[in-house]
Amino acid sequence: MSRTPKLDKKLISSILQQHKAGDASALVNVLHDLQAHLRYLPQEALEMAADHLGVSYAQMYGVATFYEGFHFKPRGEHVVTICMGTACHVRGAPRLLEQAERDLNVESGGTTKDLMFSLEQVNCVGACALGPLAIVDGTYKGSMTPAKLSNLLKKMHKKGKK
Amino acid sequence: MTVQFTIDGLEVKAKEGEHLLDVARRHGIDIPSLCHHEAVEPIGACRVCLVEVRSGQKTTITTSCNFLVEDGIEVHTDTAEVRKHRAMNLELLLARAPKSDVVRKLASASGVTRTRFEPLAYEPLPNCILCELCVRTCDMLGHHALTTVGRGDKKRIGLPFNKPSDNCVGCASCLSVCPTQCISVKDTPTQRAIWGQKHDFILCKVCGAPVITKKHRDFAISEKGLPEDYYDTCEKCKQSAASKRFASVVW
Repeated sequence: MSRTPKLDKKLISSILQQHKAGDASALVNVLHDLQAHLRYLPQEALEMAADHLGVSYAQMYGVATFYEGFHFKPRGEHVVTICMGTACHVRGAPRLLEQAERDLNVESGGTTKDLMFSLEQVNCVGACALGPLAIVDGTYKGSMTPAKLSNLLKKMHKKGKK
Repeated sequence: MTVQFTIDGLEVKAKEGEHLLDVARRHGIDIPSLCHHEAVEPIGACRVCLVEVRSGQKTTITTSCNFLVEDGIEVHTDTAEVRKHRAMNLELLLARAPKSDVVRKLASASGVTRTRFEPLAYEPLPNCILCELCVRTCDMLGHHALTTVGRGDKKRIGLPFNKPSDNCVGCASCLSVCPTQCISVKDTPTQRAIWGQKHDFILCKVCGAPVITKKHRDFAISEKGLPEDYYDTCEKCKQSAASKRFASVVW
């Protein structure tokens, strides 16, 4: 049932092996690589990474929390981001966000219990002409409406359940 | 190499690579500060130790704790400009640590008794000014338990994932250096509670007083190569044993 990617220590090791041991300057790159594979930064991964790079685990965590882009709780398989920039906002982005929150039963910034979706908002992605904009797993979906978004989420949910 | 410059008109000499605050204090010139400790590298966090440094045409207001001395500079520690900026920084610190006596005292010495800023104190360290002296000290001692968490107005001092740390040995050095004494350490005759965990004390074999936490002893003995029985007795009992030995030799 749980969609949490099982903590694969071999996978973590193999990610770490791509970076030189003891090279503290690779810290942020390592965090990015780990998150790209694991979708979040679990404690064990940070501990292993700290060992590999020769920095303290506390420092590793301190740096990771400095950046908004790193997550410490398991995240959804799909990430839905709603642009809340001015252009999108005046064209109804708040309604998109509300729709997504209702459909997924999760607040902005949260992750659904089945770990299928994470919902996020962002202040502008610079694609104002396409607004209102939803970004689904990195794909920009312009001229979005609550109904369209709702359908899209339903489809993804069905697909994911299979 | 030696450099020569003046502080408030006083001619001083210092070694190249020294920090201005250290040189000033050595010459009896008092510059207030909160986050400076001679045991760790200065980072200029509290911004209280401001001074005015004149070099040729240029005048700068800068933190003296991490300012490397230069030949021929003219340092002023108590100009109107310095006082103005220090008062502002203290007003900001007052918003961070409104209940800290140390901060309040320093602030009132600069004429600041209240702050116009939104309170920024946070739990469970309501008087923390985020100077990172605890983090720097913890790192310097080789424990690496503490870290800063987050950034901006959400920055905190804490432990990774807010969980008790295996690295914390319960030495309480973090508290001993903390300028506002905001870290919670609770000692009973046999245990110390600190950073969300409890540490058993080693008790003095002679008088039964707590000597050091067990974990700290294990760390000290394995890392610093101290003899196994080093912490069997407390400092007091060690001293009195030594003086008895000394007395038996002399008389």
